[in-house]
Amino acid sequence: MLMLTCPWCGRRPEGEFVNLGEATRPRPVDPAALTDAEWTAYICDRQNIRGRHNERWWHVRGCNVVFVVARDTVTHQVFDTAADEAAP
Amino acid sequence: MQRYSFFSLARNALSQHEGWQRAWRSPPLKNEYDVVIVGAGGHGLSTAYHLAKEHGVTNVAVIEKGWLGGGNTARNTHTIRSNYLRDVSIRFHDVSVKLYEQLSRELNYNILFSQRSMIDLIQSWGKLRDLRRRSLAMALHGPDYQLISVNDLQRRIPAMGDLSGVRLPPLAGMVHPDGAMARHDAVAWSYARAADARGVEIHQHTEVTGFTFAANGAISGVETNRGVVRARKVALATAGNTSHVIARAGLNLPLVTRNLQAFVSEPVKPIIDVIVNCPDIGLYVMQSDKGELVIGGGTDPIPSYRQGCHFSTFEDVVASLVELFPRFKNLKMLRQWGGAIEFAYDASPIISATSIAGLLVSTGWYGGFKSIPVGGLTYAHLIATGQPHSLAEAFGLDRFTGLRFLLEAGTVAQR
Amino acid sequence: MTASRLAEGGAIDRTKPISFSFDGMSLSGFAGDTLASALLANDVMVVGRSFKLHRPRGLFGAGYDDPGSMVERLGPRPATNQLATTTTLDNHGVYRSVGTWPNARRDLGAVAQLFSRFLPAGFYYKTFMWPTWHLFEPFIRGAAGLGRVPGADVWEPVSESRFGACDVMVIGAGPAGLGAALVAGRSGASVILVDDGSAPGGRLSGDGGDPQGWAERSWQELGAMPNVRLLPNSTAWGYHEHHLITVLERDPRDAAGLDLRNWKIRAAEVIVAAGALERPIPFANHDRPGVMLASAVRTWLGRFGVRAGQRAVVFANNVSAYGTALALSRAGAGVTVVDARAEPEVEAISALTAANIGLIRGSHVCKAYGRGRVEAVDVIDGRGRVSRLTCDLVAVSGGWNPTFHMASQTREARSVWHEDLATFVAAHGPAGFRLAGAARAEFDPAGCAMDGARAAADALAVLGRKAPALEQPALLEPFVTRRVSPLWFVPPRKKGEKVFVDFSGDVTTDDVGLALREGFDSIELLKRYTTAGMGVDQGKSGHVNIIGIVGALTGATTQTVGTTTFRPPFVPVEFGAIAGQRNKARLYPWRHTPLTDWHIARGAVMYEAGLRWQRPGYYPLPGEDWAKAASREAKAVRETVGVYDGTPLGKFQLKGPDVPRLLDLLYISDFARLSPRRGKYGVMLSDDGLIMDDGVVFRLNEQQWLLHSSTGAADRVHQHIEQILQVHRPDWQLSLIPVTSQWANATLCGPMARRVLEALQPDFDVSREALPFMGMTEGLIGDIPVRVFRVSWTGEASFELNTPARHALALWERIMAAGQPFGITPVGSEANHILRVEAGYISTGHEVDGTSDAFDLGLGPLVSRTKPDFIGKRSMELRRLADPQRFELIGLLPVDPAKPVPEGAPLTPNGDKADQEGFVSACVMSVARGRVIALGLLRHGRARIGQTVHARVRNEIIPMTVVPPVFHDADRARVKS
Repeated sequence: MLMLTCPWCGRRPEGEFVNLGEATRPRPVDPAALTDAEWTAYICDRQNIRGRHNERWWHVRGCNVVFVVARDTVTHQVFDTAADEAAP
Repeated sequence: MQRYSFFSLARNALSQHEGWQRAWRSPPLKNEYDVVIVGAGGHGLSTAYHLAKEHGVTNVAVIEKGWLGGGNTARNTHTIRSNYLRDVSIRFHDVSVKLYEQLSRELNYNILFSQRSMIDLIQSWGKLRDLRRRSLAMALHGPDYQLISVNDLQRRIPAMGDLSGVRLPPLAGMVHPDGAMARHDAVAWSYARAADARGVEIHQHTEVTGFTFAANGAISGVETNRGVVRARKVALATAGNTSHVIARAGLNLPLVTRNLQAFVSEPVKPIIDVIVNCPDIGLYVMQSDKGELVIGGGTDPIPSYRQGCHFSTFEDVVASLVELFPRFKNLKMLRQWGGAIEFAYDASPIISATSIAGLLVSTGWYGGFKSIPVGGLTYAHLIATGQPHSLAEAFGLDRFTGLRFLLEAGTVAQR
Repeated sequence: MTASRLAEGGAIDRTKPISFSFDGMSLSGFAGDTLASALLANDVMVVGRSFKLHRPRGLFGAGYDDPGSMVERLGPRPATNQLATTTTLDNHGVYRSVGTWPNARRDLGAVAQLFSRFLPAGFYYKTFMWPTWHLFEPFIRGAAGLGRVPGADVWEPVSESRFGACDVMVIGAGPAGLGAALVAGRSGASVILVDDGSAPGGRLSGDGGDPQGWAERSWQELGAMPNVRLLPNSTAWGYHEHHLITVLERDPRDAAGLDLRNWKIRAAEVIVAAGALERPIPFANHDRPGVMLASAVRTWLGRFGVRAGQRAVVFANNVSAYGTALALSRAGAGVTVVDARAEPEVEAISALTAANIGLIRGSHVCKAYGRGRVEAVDVIDGRGRVSRLTCDLVAVSGGWNPTFHMASQTREARSVWHEDLATFVAAHGPAGFRLAGAARAEFDPAGCAMDGARAAADALAVLGRKAPALEQPALLEPFVTRRVSPLWFVPPRKKGEKVFVDFSGDVTTDDVGLALREGFDSIELLKRYTTAGMGVDQGKSGHVNIIGIVGALTGATTQTVGTTTFRPPFVPVEFGAIAGQRNKARLYPWRHTPLTDWHIARGAVMYEAGLRWQRPGYYPLPGEDWAKAASREAKAVRETVGVYDGTPLGKFQLKGPDVPRLLDLLYISDFARLSPRRGKYGVMLSDDGLIMDDGVVFRLNEQQWLLHSSTGAADRVHQHIEQILQVHRPDWQLSLIPVTSQWANATLCGPMARRVLEALQPDFDVSREALPFMGMTEGLIGDIPVRVFRVSWTGEASFELNTPARHALALWERIMAAGQPFGITPVGSEANHILRVEAGYISTGHEVDGTSDAFDLGLGPLVSRTKPDFIGKRSMELRRLADPQRFELIGLLPVDPAKPVPEGAPLTPNGDKADQEGFVSACVMSVARGRVIALGLLRHGRARIGQTVHARVRNEIIPMTVVPPVFHDADRARVKS
């Protein structure tokens, strides 16, 4: 049961949030410009970092914001929270 | 290999058991092998065994950063089953069950394989539809999976309480007679002993820190905390950590690692005979031969390598447990743990070559314990021949290049 | 009578006798007793049998370090596997030893001992393979396990789960914990102090000064502070991620009738002052009843007024046990001390001399005699000379292991070998986690109190509070262990004599040796192979001994051998406490529409419709089963009019100038040009090109749109859109509001639907021209505001009447009244299923099984040919090129028109047992066609219309004709009417 810091609401328990997984790059504006390999990598591949990674959380039972959190996937320590897509 | 039997046990008892040999050697690490397998868990050791047995490849080192069988092989809930939907998945897992059935005798090591049946509780119409579809697909290929009534459910799982008041009353059950459990550590040890007897070397406390490459970009070996080990082929069997290890070769795979937790109760006299699985509420429970109830649920909802207790998920599983088994409220949890499970994008296994020549992966095992025998058999085939085994043709990484996912129904949420 | 209750002393209430029975013996104890202390006071020495060999076992520790005095409590609150040492004695309690027959004293299972030489560690891995393990397993299973689980409906504990928060949490109310809590409490910080005992003081003894008095006074002072919460009878059992600590409270004082409470506590600062557990010195037969930890003997005396024997041998390698020796002597027992050290502390020697206690130095107890209780021990001196001492009690102390389980659970604390104390102590730890007292190698009580005060001051400094000073309490303890000569075990003099290192699993030093010989040479492997430390005490008493023994046998240092990781729970925790209040209705809430009561009053059988929504499945009339009811309801829709509660349908309101752009990105079709008051059916893909959901979007006006999702997909669709809006297209201007439960939906459907709507006398035009298919309107029905959408999921003209949820019942009742002349029939999801299959509409969970794209389901014509991009487009195209072998939606007619086919049945070539070429996704008895019809997915299905395919249902082959996937109103004339 994590404690997360919502950029608007402050420290809140995990139950208010939904984890949206690794903060993959935003969807390409023109998918047709990507090669097949680039596109499938965008869809399927994940860095899946063991250690500090960036992930998205959605404060669905709160203010509804989607934000990026830097969290260690081994210790679960949360380092920083960003209000927008700029990674912390 | 020193033979194990009742007679050898009796004979050794007379000499205070001083005559037992090492189950596996502890040889010096050479600087070159034909094949280096990374990860001495069930899959890595089974692969080594089959490399030696079927392909005569014995100049093999299985290297392990921790202790033998100490990864997910030590952290799973030892369930074996073959109830899948896709033809390839059913065939693959059915072969695994059949290999398991013979394993104790083949490896001369009692893995305490116990085919007790698995019973799925069906608590929603959607699940009924899914599992009936699975059962009819399985009937095409052999494994049995039969619908039973709620009365039969209660007869076969008498430990359940009165079901009328529960939140999602069971509508029916599905019985999988092949469903089994086995002593998970013993599976690793049995393969280790058998592989060792065929010449494979096992090196514990040897961690891969990088890879070495030939001029043509092919793999030429691994860097370890004990120095560089050259190999023509390097095969990863690093459950949970594959992304992490393969990143050192510059590759990214369609994997996400999550924590799957489990826990056991104090041992009690026999009370549950079968493996009970409740997919609608995220719970499974069985009783080990020692008497402990072994309990688990779904994976945690966050990417994680922590291998521990995510408390909210844990509470959900326990609440589901006592909902169906109110008399377990008074039983006590003795031990809990977590394992790092890696999910492929389509939640099916990956047994595959990679874009780097000589580097292979076996990954995406969710409930990979059940696949140890067949995983090793097919991975060894791929390593030795360069061609996928006929049972595992669908499990290549190439399926992702065309987004041709191998999806089991009910796994939509994994994507 | 050798063990007996003293006339005075202890924290028991001799004015309150308690009667109880154990293994059929009627016994008595006092209020304040544990079951263990009462058994000992009654001179009951054998309390159980060991797991594997059924050796008689007695009390070894006095708390949760006891490795296995498990009993069943048959009454008054039946429960299995209760540790006698931590079980409060119940009046009229009925207890029984576990796994024994007929009882612990005379147990037939002891026959196992005859075969013990055939049962070394892991013996089962080496045998029972021929002919098959299945032959042997039932016997092993029957013999394994401890207690029996009480029957259902006997007694269930009442439990709750509760959150707690504070500035400083202190675990342990011994001197270190009290010192910490006093300082933190006096500073004004909010404090929670947890202790597993019923009284404070921990291991404070009654010797010298007034230690127990200080503990009581401190406890009272803390109890009077409004900022302090005291939790006695509470064990901190888990340290979880993000500094969450779980505490099990037994019989909470503040809630009568509550048996268990699981606390989930978040504290800014945590101070663990959990003391230390004494460790044994295993020697041959040291598992005999009457051999105990010295600290346990002292606890029996001090807390319970029970003298565990008359003639005691105290065997130690450190000075703390001298206190036990003196206490026993004062209580009237004859005592001899055997010290493994040649040169014990001088003061200790003089204390023994003064008390007339014999001391044998530089010697080991090497073997115990007796069966049901110890009768004598052999003592061997440094030159190998053996002498025998008669005794009925052996008190053992092999040193102390600080309780660093909680620190180990943090995973950030490291265990560090402490040379003087010959044990592991914890170092470091996460932020906000502090250790005090024994965990920091401090064993002097006064020193512990001051160390606790220091930890509290450090914690308060972080919190920005000033720490008041603590006056050093006068806690005189003459025998403080500062140096231990490690003695991991005493080797047996004869081969075959058993030295148990783990009582729970009957693991001997021979087993450890065997495991090492066989190559299980890492401590974790050894633990798993021998099961040492895996038993009910999880290695609390023996784990350091095992590490020491491995070191001794392999020549490695204890540090190299290393310790194992302790995981939660520190003590076994009842599942009921963890689940707390969450059962039945509180397991999770159902979602109900405002009409649930109406449906139930009409006899509806309720189904879960997805996302926990409850909806009527069917409304059976007397004598009807589900099939008859569904058929009647469906028929009403085809012939006259039906009405169903469509409230659970997902609804999202969209507003803003960029809504058209969003819809064009979300859906496969063109949406931008949709005009106000018109709707359009849309299919949504996930970006990997597979169908996620379908539904109708209405443009309410220029600015506002209403998007419908299927019931079960509402959360997924919500998340999908929010991600687009906040992650991928944050610059777009629009807002999304989920309004599913704000609007109730009553859907009129059937040829008479419009006439019922007219009969409701709306203030708006409902003519075909004013309200065409995929049109909408708004207005009043009487005083009820409604929005009407012309959508159909039944293959008949349908009118979805949406109204704010508060008006739902009134609207519904008016519809029923207005519809009565037309024979209006309420319709459940079973009938809906028939109707939608007849009409050939796809459904999530049937045709949409997560593997299909738009073309597969015949929705290709909807795919925009002009949009450069929509979500899933690129992937769908890529996949269709890579994998042209698609399963396509088709209709199926069983050759035998009365033959139902199970939904999910696979289609295979010729019905052979071969790979699937499709499956039956839905199959119903059609009311429109009067025969069985089905939908299915079939490889290249659209090209195979007219062919015969075969469903394979186990051993049955069902031939079916492939037809277009629509069985009713193929030109949609009725829908559009």
